[in-house]
Amino acid sequence: MNQPSGRDTPAIQFNHVSCRFISPDGHATLALRDFSMSVAKGEFVAIVGPTGCGKSTTLSMITGLLKPTTGEVRVMGQPVDGIDPRIGFVFQADAVFPWRTVLENVAAGPLYRGRSKAAAHDLAHEWIRRVGLDKFAKHYPHQLSGGMRKRVALAQTFINNPEILLMDEPFSALDMQTRTLMQDELLQLWSGNAGSVVFVTHDLEEAIALADRVFVLSARPATLKNVYEIDLPRPRVTSEIRYEPRFVEISRQIWHDLREEVKIG
Amino acid sequence: MKGPAASGHPDLTSLAKDEQIAQRRIRARKWTIIALRIAVLVFVLGGWEVAARQQWIDPFFFSMPSLIYQQLVEWFTNGTSQGPLLVQVLVTLEETGLGFLIGSAAGIVCGIVLGRNKLLSDVFSLYIQIANSIPRVVLGSVFVIALGLGMASKVALAVVMVFFVVFGNAFQGVREADRYMIANAQILGASKHQVTMSVVIPSALSWILASLHVSFGFALVGAVVGEFLGSKQGIGLLISTAQGAFNASGVFAAMIVLAVVALAADYLLTSLERRLLKWKPAAF
Repeated sequence: MNQPSGRDTPAIQFNHVSCRFISPDGHATLALRDFSMSVAKGEFVAIVGPTGCGKSTTLSMITGLLKPTTGEVRVMGQPVDGIDPRIGFVFQADAVFPWRTVLENVAAGPLYRGRSKAAAHDLAHEWIRRVGLDKFAKHYPHQLSGGMRKRVALAQTFINNPEILLMDEPFSALDMQTRTLMQDELLQLWSGNAGSVVFVTHDLEEAIALADRVFVLSARPATLKNVYEIDLPRPRVTSEIRYEPRFVEISRQIWHDLREEVKIG
Repeated sequence: MKGPAASGHPDLTSLAKDEQIAQRRIRARKWTIIALRIAVLVFVLGGWEVAARQQWIDPFFFSMPSLIYQQLVEWFTNGTSQGPLLVQVLVTLEETGLGFLIGSAAGIVCGIVLGRNKLLSDVFSLYIQIANSIPRVVLGSVFVIALGLGMASKVALAVVMVFFVVFGNAFQGVREADRYMIANAQILGASKHQVTMSVVIPSALSWILASLHVSFGFALVGAVVGEFLGSKQGIGLLISTAQGAFNASGVFAAMIVLAVVALAADYLLTSLERRLLKWKPAAF
């Protein structure tokens, strides 16, 4: 049983994970306490919780940029050891490279991974077309709007065909209309890629509209408070789904749960 | 109100007219500024000339524009006491250029290496701060003693002048590299070397280029002071000879030659900067 990578192995698994930070001046804070969860292959999971509770910490531990203090994180059945090439990450902040054009930004992943320039550019053109930026391949990021830059970030991540996609409040800096459009865009890209997604957000409606399951975290030190199955049918259109009675009902339920934690936090 | 305002909507012809008026105003302002600049120049130089001719200030000590001009013409036509003016300029320029290139290359490399390595930077940052606070021009004397009156001592002084400025900026630029961008590159599959080449260096580049502007001036100071302290050729020697002969016009004339060299270099560096930083938004 050294290579447990069958269909039923979870894509991501947290076993009783705690995480403690040591700040540069030597103070320790507990960000995560006895946290366990698992994400199945192809599943879309959203993590919500009060601000600063440690949601992003969980993502950092999946990438291996951060190590758990106790407990264990497994990706595709293997303990995390360094950055897994099957992982993609979309950041909250603008993390596209401002000195590269859209084309060069999207082609970055394949180039880093040793593809030839021609092959990488061909692939990049394909992804730029898929996110609807055909006309902007030669533009620099500062010449694009916030929503367009986010599309670049999505193309940049999806071009590596990640089996696990981690998203850290990716749309929080966008205005309401653009955010809704980007959510639909994401669902569409995801349906073609069929990987697992862990989507961290503080926006409860966003979490419900996108995810199969919503994990609610408690205030810091965060631990898993509750898990909600979102039984809304797919394919979903995020701009319309929020008016469905079932959506409102789930939303009320989770908000009731979350409210106490926000008060504590 | 008449015309377009009466109908409630300004039509296209009135927009075009507004545009014309606005553009004319912008052009007029541009010419006013140029005219005022010339006026300031004429006022200062003319005032100097008049003050010297009227003996309000002693032209023997403070010279005057017409004398400086004569000195420049003489240097150009008859050469200086040390040989043709162009040779002096080229000698100084060569020292400056060499010092600038060596100093900035070393500064960039050291800045990036130290910026990428936490331990090295923690250990060395203290000493670099100390070295930076010492007036480094004093080292010129040491270099003249050790390396002689030739070019080497001037280049060495220029290198020392340039190195710390460029180093400091490269180091800071590397440390300021956005950590999300670095994490993004790592997750996209970049090795440590690739992160340095494709994220850290480009983001430090604007810092480095900014320091190159200042440091070319420093290289020039290093070369000229080096020549001042002891040399056989160069503009610094020209100044020190003029000083020894109580020739104030000579000092000013040499200063003008230096200024022209510095301005030309600055122009070249600015165009290099534009080319390398074309990804940046225009307004900064």
